[in-house]
Amino acid sequence: MEQPKHPIQRLMDNPWLLLTLGLVIPLVSYTLWGLIELFSVQQAALP
Amino acid sequence: MAKHEAAPPIPMPGAGGVADEPGFAKGNHAGGEVRTCDTTGLPVCLNAQFFIRVNAVMAVVSLLVGGICALLLGLTRWPAVHLLSAEWFYRVLTAHGLNMLIFWIIFMEIAILYFVGTTLLNTRLASKKTAWVSFVLMVAGAVITNAMIWMGKADVLMTSYTPLQAHPAFYLGIILFAVGTLIGVINFFATIYIAKRDKTYNGSVPLVVFGGITAAIIAVVTLLHGAGIYIPTFLWSLGLIENVDAAAYRLVWWGLGHTSQQINVAAMVSVWYLIATITVGAKPLNQAVCRGAFVLYILFINLASAHHLLVDPGVGAGWKIWNTSYAMYLAVLASMIHGYTVPASIEVAQRKNGWNKGLFQWLAKAPWKNPAFSAVFMSLVIFGFIGGITGVTLGTEQINIIAHNTLRIPGHFHATVVGGTTLAFMGLTYYVVPLIFKREIVAKPLARIQPYLFAAGITTMAIFMSFAGSYGVPRRHWDVGFSGAQLAAGFDSTAHLMLGIMGIGAVLAFTGLLIYILITVVSVFFGPKIEDRPMKAW
Amino acid sequence: MSIYVPPKDWFRAPSGGERIWIALALVWCLIMFLAMPYWHFAGKQNSTGEAYTVEPLAFIQRVDRFVEQYKVGEENGVPIVEPPPGEDAYLMAQMWRFYPILKLREGQTYRLHISSPDLNHGFSLMPMNMNFHIVPGYDHVLTITPTSTGEFPIVCNEFCGIGHHQMTGRIIVE
Repeated sequence: MEQPKHPIQRLMDNPWLLLTLGLVIPLVSYTLWGLIELFSVQQAALP
Repeated sequence: MAKHEAAPPIPMPGAGGVADEPGFAKGNHAGGEVRTCDTTGLPVCLNAQFFIRVNAVMAVVSLLVGGICALLLGLTRWPAVHLLSAEWFYRVLTAHGLNMLIFWIIFMEIAILYFVGTTLLNTRLASKKTAWVSFVLMVAGAVITNAMIWMGKADVLMTSYTPLQAHPAFYLGIILFAVGTLIGVINFFATIYIAKRDKTYNGSVPLVVFGGITAAIIAVVTLLHGAGIYIPTFLWSLGLIENVDAAAYRLVWWGLGHTSQQINVAAMVSVWYLIATITVGAKPLNQAVCRGAFVLYILFINLASAHHLLVDPGVGAGWKIWNTSYAMYLAVLASMIHGYTVPASIEVAQRKNGWNKGLFQWLAKAPWKNPAFSAVFMSLVIFGFIGGITGVTLGTEQINIIAHNTLRIPGHFHATVVGGTTLAFMGLTYYVVPLIFKREIVAKPLARIQPYLFAAGITTMAIFMSFAGSYGVPRRHWDVGFSGAQLAAGFDSTAHLMLGIMGIGAVLAFTGLLIYILITVVSVFFGPKIEDRPMKAW
Repeated sequence: MSIYVPPKDWFRAPSGGERIWIALALVWCLIMFLAMPYWHFAGKQNSTGEAYTVEPLAFIQRVDRFVEQYKVGEENGVPIVEPPPGEDAYLMAQMWRFYPILKLREGQTYRLHISSPDLNHGFSLMPMNMNFHIVPGYDHVLTITPTSTGEFPIVCNEFCGIGHHQMTGRIIVE
């Protein structure tokens, strides 16, 4: 019987899950959030 | 376990009995496509070896082009010399940025990925054809981009911020290079996939492969942003799209520009672990800690691109603070962990080697005459103490406001990318040439001093660049005397002195770089062949 | 060995020196993280992020009106403009000048609009070395209060073409 592996070891042994997380986090936190901020900038009134 | 150091100047670890084994099962190579390394006993896939060689050659060619540019730029920003005209200064600066930050480093990284993906997992390269497609696209991209720059059709600097426009072929060249790189990275992922499928090893991948996977994941993020920005910009330069929003360009471009340098960080740290193992027999104290630090890179380091937008309009303070802190500085934590575990593993290995006296005998008796070791150790120190600390400080909102676009920024990244990554890759080369090109390094005494010379030059340059920047001297600027300006501006003599010392550092670093290139090129073509015997110990 | 496959169950929690180091580093990271938002509010020198999109032509016309309205002099052909305290002030970064010269009063607060009708430029105020990025199509509104008097040169610190090194401007504080 093999001992069950520690969950963190299971995460680190799974490059595909890491790839997914590594893509999703920056794409949401940096790119998507940033673009939403830029596209919601209002037109200047130039008082 | 460093069996190649048969008669080393220092006692090698595990000399009595090798506790560690590669942990390999049966390989999946076809007949005649693998050799066993006479030095390390590791299996080398011959297809991978070919592509490691050609990518490494292209890397060194790019380094030479970028290096000559570096010398010209250093001699222009040295006020007493002021060599180039304004037009050529910006042209050479464009070429310097792309050849160094993109071509040299990414060619080298693809070579590293092919190496760690095959040899350390006992597997064959997934696809030879794919590797060809990747390599041809990358070379074509690099050549086209360089041609456009040198023909004066792309004086837009590396960042090519819209609406500044270059010839469409300039953008096309970068797209081809990026697509080629992405295909190479996919080939790496396919390689680790077939290794797992064919059960060529038992259990988890080695730590250095894990670092390679980290670099590859970051590369995918980089290349997606590259495609996301260069394809619209290419269409815009052809007149097919009316406008590329300047702020959105900066946002997405830095998802490429800064992230590409995080590939370097991950690859460089892997090289630290690799060289620490093959030079002194270091082993990670705790696999979970080292791998955990790489995971923090994967998850958080790419948010750092926001550092470039800290004083931009359009994005809010919440976005800036969250992202520039890498989500609570968790990626900085990762670097601090590697900065502890690598020297700690070297210390433990050295103490096992018998250098146990006092606090620092392990360090004093380290193989300082082995240029791979000295390069990697100095890389660690320069990256950590100069590059890392300046990076974290410049990346805070309050300090960025006094540092944005001054010479403090290139002062920072010359410490990370040149003093860190380039120096580590130079160290790696002193094993790549004997083990992959199977040639002895020529002029060994010169090779022994090369890392010190280069490190001294680049450290001087980076520090005085930062000092000049702290007086407000702008980066990417031909004449800080502002001659011909409508309204006078300028800097006092201290700032000019800093720029002068920076120029001297640049000349010194270029000398170190030139020696490196001469040694590697002469060794690869004319060095004594290594057949059926281990390489000579450093 | 970093280059060999590790033993099957390699996961163990950090211990000893490593554990202490990680804990110290993590605490330090959290302190730095909290310092940034704290100083954003307490330090009062960061942009609040007030920005709008703007058409290049509209901004040029608004700057021209601003210059006509409040012009008080000229230096080397560049108009010197003194807006009333509390008012909106305009500064245009353009290949290759900052237009116009602004004359402000110490201790008074202004809403300074900065934009560019052509390329990216860098606003770098000397000698205190305060920098903002200027992005075409965006009107960055900085609420500023000059705290010392004198003449402060502005230099451009983002590449904007061959005349980049001649791009300067001036803010006068009285």
